[in-house]
Amino acid sequence: MGLETALAIVLLISLTFYALLGGADFGAGVWHLLARGPSRQSQHHLIGEAIGPIWEANHVWLILIVTILFTAFPAAYVRISTTLHIPLTILVIGIVLRGSAFAFRHYDIKDDDIHLRWDQLFAVSSLITPLLLGIIIGAITAGHFPVKPGNFFEGYVSPWLRPFPLGMGLFTLLIFAYLAAAYLLLETTNHQLQEIFRKRAIAAALLAGLMEEAVLYLGKSGAPRLWCELANSQWGAWIQLGVGILTIAAIVSLITRHYWWARICAILQVTLTIWTWGIAQFPYLVPPYLTVFNASAPEITLQFISWVLLLGTLLLFPSLFYLLWIFKGRTLFSPKRQNE
Amino acid sequence: MSDLLAARSLMAMSLGFHIIFAVVGMAMPLLMVMAEWRWLKTGKAVYLTIAKRWAKGTAIFFAIGAVTGTVLSFQLGLLWPRFMEWAGPIIGPAFAIEGFAFFTEAIFLGIYLYGWRKISPRAHLTAGGIVALSGITSGVVVVMANGWMNTPRGFMMVHDIPSNINPFAALFNPSGLLQAPHMILAAFAATGFAVAGIHAFLLLRQPGHPFHQAALKIAFMIGAVSAILQPVSGDFLAKQVAEFQPLKLAVFEAQAETQHGAPFRLGGVWNSVSEGFDYTLEIPHALSLMLTLDPNGKVIGFKDFPRGNWPPMGITRTAFQIMIVIGFGMLLLSLWGFWLAYKTRTFFQSKVFLQTLALTSPLGFVAIEAGWVSTEVGRQPWVIVGYLKTADAVTPMPGLIIPLMIFAGLYTFLTWIVIWLMWRHISATPSQFEMIPVNEGSEPT
Repeated sequence: MGLETALAIVLLISLTFYALLGGADFGAGVWHLLARGPSRQSQHHLIGEAIGPIWEANHVWLILIVTILFTAFPAAYVRISTTLHIPLTILVIGIVLRGSAFAFRHYDIKDDDIHLRWDQLFAVSSLITPLLLGIIIGAITAGHFPVKPGNFFEGYVSPWLRPFPLGMGLFTLLIFAYLAAAYLLLETTNHQLQEIFRKRAIAAALLAGLMEEAVLYLGKSGAPRLWCELANSQWGAWIQLGVGILTIAAIVSLITRHYWWARICAILQVTLTIWTWGIAQFPYLVPPYLTVFNASAPEITLQFISWVLLLGTLLLFPSLFYLLWIFKGRTLFSPKRQNE
Repeated sequence: MSDLLAARSLMAMSLGFHIIFAVVGMAMPLLMVMAEWRWLKTGKAVYLTIAKRWAKGTAIFFAIGAVTGTVLSFQLGLLWPRFMEWAGPIIGPAFAIEGFAFFTEAIFLGIYLYGWRKISPRAHLTAGGIVALSGITSGVVVVMANGWMNTPRGFMMVHDIPSNINPFAALFNPSGLLQAPHMILAAFAATGFAVAGIHAFLLLRQPGHPFHQAALKIAFMIGAVSAILQPVSGDFLAKQVAEFQPLKLAVFEAQAETQHGAPFRLGGVWNSVSEGFDYTLEIPHALSLMLTLDPNGKVIGFKDFPRGNWPPMGITRTAFQIMIVIGFGMLLLSLWGFWLAYKTRTFFQSKVFLQTLALTSPLGFVAIEAGWVSTEVGRQPWVIVGYLKTADAVTPMPGLIIPLMIFAGLYTFLTWIVIWLMWRHISATPSQFEMIPVNEGSEPT
C-alpha cells in the first residue's frame, strides 16, 4: 500500500472521529432546539454540561481533515473549494455562529435573559453545519464538477443543489442527532430525562435508518458509481444487512434500556456507513478525474506529513483519552456501571 | 469592487479579526497559570479568584479564535486556490503540526475550564501549563508558515513547477524564524498591557483593592518583560528584512534612493508624483547604523526595484511607523513601571501611572494589527514573494463582494458582543469578588 492510500485512510479515520465526536455535539444542538415540556431547562442544562468540556477538542478533527487534504491532495482541495464555494462558506458560518453562541452562553460572567437568545442561536446554528457537511460530501460523491462552467449556476450551484447531496445533508443531520441522543442517555442518571431521550433516540434511529436507505436510492441517479458499488455487489448487500441489523439492535437495546449497548450500535452504524462510503468511493476523491493517486502531493511531502501524523497521534490519543476519562469516565467502558 | 480586491479585503478582514482572538487565547493561559501557581504557593484565595475570572474571559476569546481559525483554513482554498495548490505540498505540513498543537490546546483547555474540582490542583496547573505551551507552539508554526510567503524556501523551480520539495527547509525559512518570536512577544506584550490596563482602571475606581492589585502585578510583569524584549527582536527582524527583502525594508524606512549613511526617518506622507515620502524628520546616519552597525553603511532604496513590484507605499510605511511608535511607547511604560516598583516598592500609588496604563490599554493590539498590515501589505503584489502574484492566485468564483459583506456583518456582530461581554465581565468583578471569602493573612474569613 502506497502512502497515498495510507493518507486517504487517515482522512477516513479523521472523518469518522469528527462524525462520532464533533457530529454528536452538533446533534445535541438539534435536541436543544426540540426540547419541550416541563423538563425543558434540565434538558438544556444536560446538553450544555455534556458538550462543554469536549466540543472545542472535537471540532479540531475537521481542521485536521482540511489540513491533510490541502497538504497531501492539494488538487482535490482546490477543486472542492472552488466548485463548492457556496456550501463551504455556509458551513463555516454555521461553525462560527454555533461556537460563538455556545461560548457567549456558557463563559459569560452574569446569568440573565440574554442567555436564552444565545441558546436559540446555538440550537438553530447547530443545524447548519451537519446539513452542509452532508451536502458537501454528497456533492463530492457524485463528482462531475464542471471544469469550464458555461455559467454561474452550472459551475457553482448545480453540483450541490441536487436531490442526492440534499438527501445526504438531511441524513447527516439525522444520524448526528441519533448519535447525540444515544450519548445523552448515558450522561444523566435522571430517570425522567432518560425516558425523554430514550424515545427520541428510538425515533432518530428509525429515521436515520430509513434515510440511509433513501439516500442510497437517490444515489441510483445522483451518484451512479456509488449505487453500482453498493446495490449490485455482494459486499454491498452485506453492508446493507449490517446497517439494518445495527438499527434494529439499537432499537431493541433502547426499548430494553440497555443504553450502553445502544450507544455501541449507534457508533458502529456511523462507522460502518462512513467506511462503506469511503471504500465504495476509493480511489476517487472527486470522480471522475481526481483520485488519491493523481491528486496527491510529491512523495517527500507525503512522507513528511505521515511522520507528523504519526508523532502527532502519539501525542493526541493519550490526551484525548485523558479528557474523556475525566469527563466521561463513568460511562466509558463497562455497560454495568451506568446506573451507579 | 473587483473580485480580487474583494478577496483581498475578505482575507485581510478574517485575519485581522482572528489575530486578536488568537493572540489573547495564546497569551492569557500564561497569566492564568501564573495566578494559579501563586495560589498554590501562597495559599491566598485572591490568586485563585484571579485565575478563575481570567479563565472565563479567556474561554470566550479562545472559542472565537478557534472558529475564526477554522474559517481561515477554509478561506485559504475558497479565495486563493492557486496559492494552495502551489503551497500546500510545501508548507502544508506546518499546518498539520499546528493542527496537533491546537488539538492539545483545545483538549487541555477543556480540562482546565471544567476540571477545577475533578483533578488535583497540581494536575490542574499542569493542564494550564500545557495549554500555554501548545498555544505558543501553534502560534510559532503558523507564523513560520506565513514567513515562508515572505522568504519562500525548500523547493526548486523546474519547468515552472515547484520540485525537489524540502518541507524542513520551507518551515525553517529565514523570515519565519525571526517573525515567530516577534509575534509571540507581541502577543504577551499586548495582552499583558491590555489586562494590566483594565485592572489599573478598576484600581483607580476602587483604590487598594487586593484583587486588582494582585492581577495588575502579574499582567504588568508579563507585558513589561515582553515589551522590553520586543525592540531587540524587532532589531533582529529588521536586519533580516534588509537582507532578504530589501524592497520591503526600503518602503518601511522611506528609503527612496540607495544611500551610504542613511538617516532614520520619522513620519512622512507618500507623494505619488515625486515617488518619495514628504515631511519626514531625519536622524542622520541612524538607519545605516541600525542595519549595518556602520554609520556609513549602504541601505538600498526602493527606486532600485521595478515599479511593478512596489507594495502599496503609504499603507505599508504608515502601518510600520504606527507599530514602531507604539512599541517604543510600551517600552517606556515598562521601564517607568519597573522604576516605580524599584523606587517606591509599589506602582499602585502613582495615579498618573495607573491612568496611563488604563488609557494605553488597547494600544498593543493596534501595534499588532499595524505590524501585521506592514508585513502582509508590504509583501504585495506577491503572495509568494518572487514566485506567485496575488492576482494570479485568486479564485475564479465571481461575486466575492457577497461573502465579503456577509463576513463583515458577522465579524461586526461578534466584535460588539465580545466588547459588551467583556464590559459585563469587568464591571461585575468587584461585587462578585466580594462575595467570595478571601483568606488574606490576618484578615478573618
